Amino acid sequence: MTDEPAVTESGSTGERAGTMTEPLSVPYRERERSVTMEPMGEEHDELLTINIGPHHPATHGVLRLLTTLEGEIVRDVKPIIGYVHTGIEKSCEDQQYWKVIPFVERMDYLAYYFNAMAFCMAVESLLDEEVPPRAQWLRVIHLELNRIASHLFWIATGALDIGAITMLWWGCRDRDLALDLFEMSGGQRFHTRYFQVGGVVEDIPPGFEEMTRGFIKTMRMRIPQYLNLLDRNEIWLQRTKGTGIVPVETLLELGVTGPLLRATGHPWDLRKAMPHSGYEQFDFNVPVGTVGDNYDRFRVRVEEMLESLKIIEQALDGLPEGPYITGNRKVALPPRHELATSMEALIHHFKLVTEGFRVPPGEAYVAIESPRGELGCYVLADGSAKPARVHMRDPSFVNLQALPEMARGHLLADFITCVAMLDPILGGVDR
Amino acid sequence: MDATGLELIAQRVRESVGQDAVADTIFYRGRATLDVAPRSVHDVIAYLRDGDEEPWERLMSVHGVDYLPEEPRLGVHYELLSMERADRLNVRTRVTVDDPRLPTVVDLHATADFQEREVFDMFGVVFEGHPDMRRILMPEDYEGFPQRRDFPMGGEPVIYTFNEPKLPRWYD
Amino acid sequence: MTRTKVEGDDLRVRQLKAQQLLRGELEGEDLEREVEQRLLFTKLETAQNWARKNALFPLGFGLACCAIEMITVIASPRNDLSRFGAEVIRFSPRQADLLILSGRVSIKMAPIIRRLYEQMLEPKWVIAMGACSSSAGMFNNYAVVQGADKFLPVDIYVPGCPPRPEALIYGIMKLQDQIMGDPAMGWRERYRAEGTEEPAGGVEELA
Repeated sequence: MTDEPAVTESGSTGERAGTMTEPLSVPYRERERSVTMEPMGEEHDELLTINIGPHHPATHGVLRLLTTLEGEIVRDVKPIIGYVHTGIEKSCEDQQYWKVIPFVERMDYLAYYFNAMAFCMAVESLLDEEVPPRAQWLRVIHLELNRIASHLFWIATGALDIGAITMLWWGCRDRDLALDLFEMSGGQRFHTRYFQVGGVVEDIPPGFEEMTRGFIKTMRMRIPQYLNLLDRNEIWLQRTKGTGIVPVETLLELGVTGPLLRATGHPWDLRKAMPHSGYEQFDFNVPVGTVGDNYDRFRVRVEEMLESLKIIEQALDGLPEGPYITGNRKVALPPRHELATSMEALIHHFKLVTEGFRVPPGEAYVAIESPRGELGCYVLADGSAKPARVHMRDPSFVNLQALPEMARGHLLADFITCVAMLDPILGGVDR
Repeated sequence: MDATGLELIAQRVRESVGQDAVADTIFYRGRATLDVAPRSVHDVIAYLRDGDEEPWERLMSVHGVDYLPEEPRLGVHYELLSMERADRLNVRTRVTVDDPRLPTVVDLHATADFQEREVFDMFGVVFEGHPDMRRILMPEDYEGFPQRRDFPMGGEPVIYTFNEPKLPRWYD
Repeated sequence: MTRTKVEGDDLRVRQLKAQQLLRGELEGEDLEREVEQRLLFTKLETAQNWARKNALFPLGFGLACCAIEMITVIASPRNDLSRFGAEVIRFSPRQADLLILSGRVSIKMAPIIRRLYEQMLEPKWVIAMGACSSSAGMFNNYAVVQGADKFLPVDIYVPGCPPRPEALIYGIMKLQDQIMGDPAMGWRERYRAEGTEEPAGGVEELA
């Protein structure tokens, strides 16, 4: 943590600033320290409440912040959300289970595979369905690729907010490489309906593995470039180190999970603590920070990208052979070639496409580790082909409650850094 | 967590909070649920957080459900997590639409702030003692509670050829 | 626009002639010929439209997933909007003339978008990017405005969920063609909406 600028006894700039007799004997930073940043007077009772409105370059999406300022220091923040509320959860009650997947993907719109994964896992636990190992590992590959893409976009826009505009170009450029991989396997860059209940919709095409390995090599070269650009930049360090510190207990009380929690040193990661879908077979570390300031949050996410590359490499090396979706024809569509020969396959196909599979009544709540924290999905099934309630416990919604704590007592510019490092995705917040 | 462990927890809760606190225990597909009477939600969660020998310190999610054909209709679920034991427990209450009031747990877990507001906004369950019981996702002056099952889906009828002449056009 | 063809002259000769022209050393016929080769004749409106279409200032306005694709169009080196002169994103509506509505418009957000649109200065254009702003996409429910054209005049609809960056660029190119053709009357002519340039009760009524 950098030192706070100290108030010197001499106070005024008279003695310390370079005088005519000794112009350069006082180093530059020492001269700066004579200017203090304390507000003038004891109690400034002029509190100004401004509206950092839903349309603002620095808010990541449509977030409205009612900020109470005293001078330039933030005293209180009230986030107002709901500007992109789409009623996804209500719409899901009207759709068959496999039709819910595109709806649910559009909640946290940077981590689309994670949304689909949480929902599919919840439905699979209700159906008591086994996912074949190849499908599990393919899911892991896509999840980790999506984690890297999400963190790349975060660093692109986060650095843009703080002023390091080059990261925007670099982050988006590398994100395009990851989106190419998604296009190869799923057909679309975004919101691919690749994860289905029981596995994945299609096997990966032949060139996918090579391209992914090329991507891993490229990213292993580029992530140190990002760190070279940002990590040794004095302005970046000054703006991120020591700002936005919240004690661990407060974060735990507020239910914050994900990189925000890990930056304080608490090593809670659902991939390690309650592993799902084969994560226990991979050898990776969970980066944790020490102090919990914005710098730690930044470093934790960058290190997470490197760990994800490790996981993808291990998954590609050991990808098991086998089916890519469950063989249970009552849940998953039969392969196309069977439709020409087998009558049951035709009937199953027909039933699945028109009515969908039925899920026995029950409730399930499944949580996975998304790039922003714990993403949980609650599904209530009532025996019909449509879910009776789908609710996503979105990490950004809960993490946003930590924003007032992070911002209190900081300057307005540091507050913007806090919002950037908090990484809220308003689609998930508002659903 | 298995079915017997759940029964033991339920017994301990009944002993310390009251015999009628826990109405039911459900263990389905690996998920443990305690069905709790509405008035004792706060006490049960406080006991589970502090008093129990296996404490559940974190509240991960508060969400509402509408079990429409079954009464009481509105359910509120509290997902508890224990980071020490990496285990989850669900506490569930049901309230009717005529008297949708529950005590708030904001004083125990600060994370319930936004989440209880969302349950109020979407289902109409009023949490007594909540510092800021307002709508959070819908506009402030919206009427109705959207995610109840009898609230209409809204939107517009989709224009097909069979109903095109019957639907009002936007320029009429 | 008319332009007289340049004869196949040697480069050095042409450079020499241009130098002489600028120094004022040419007379009579020589002068006329050189000037003709360098003049464009056009209408003022065409030149104005050409300048407008090549220097669009998009309003930085992203709502949901389409915003990510919009940022990819602007910021990614692969699909680069600067080629079309539109990379200057102005966040203040007073300084922008193109509103790219990227993302789903919820009922809470609609009055705010309308106010932003009113604050933009004429001439202004709107691109409804993605399925959700063109027609509510898959969200046929209580919380989404069924199409941004319920409260905004939209010039170009770009379908897709989200549309590929190339699709958005194609939409912007179509908008550029539209600007060259007929800037001000455009949508009002098509929708029989003459007289809607100002809202009926005045701008304050919308606030």
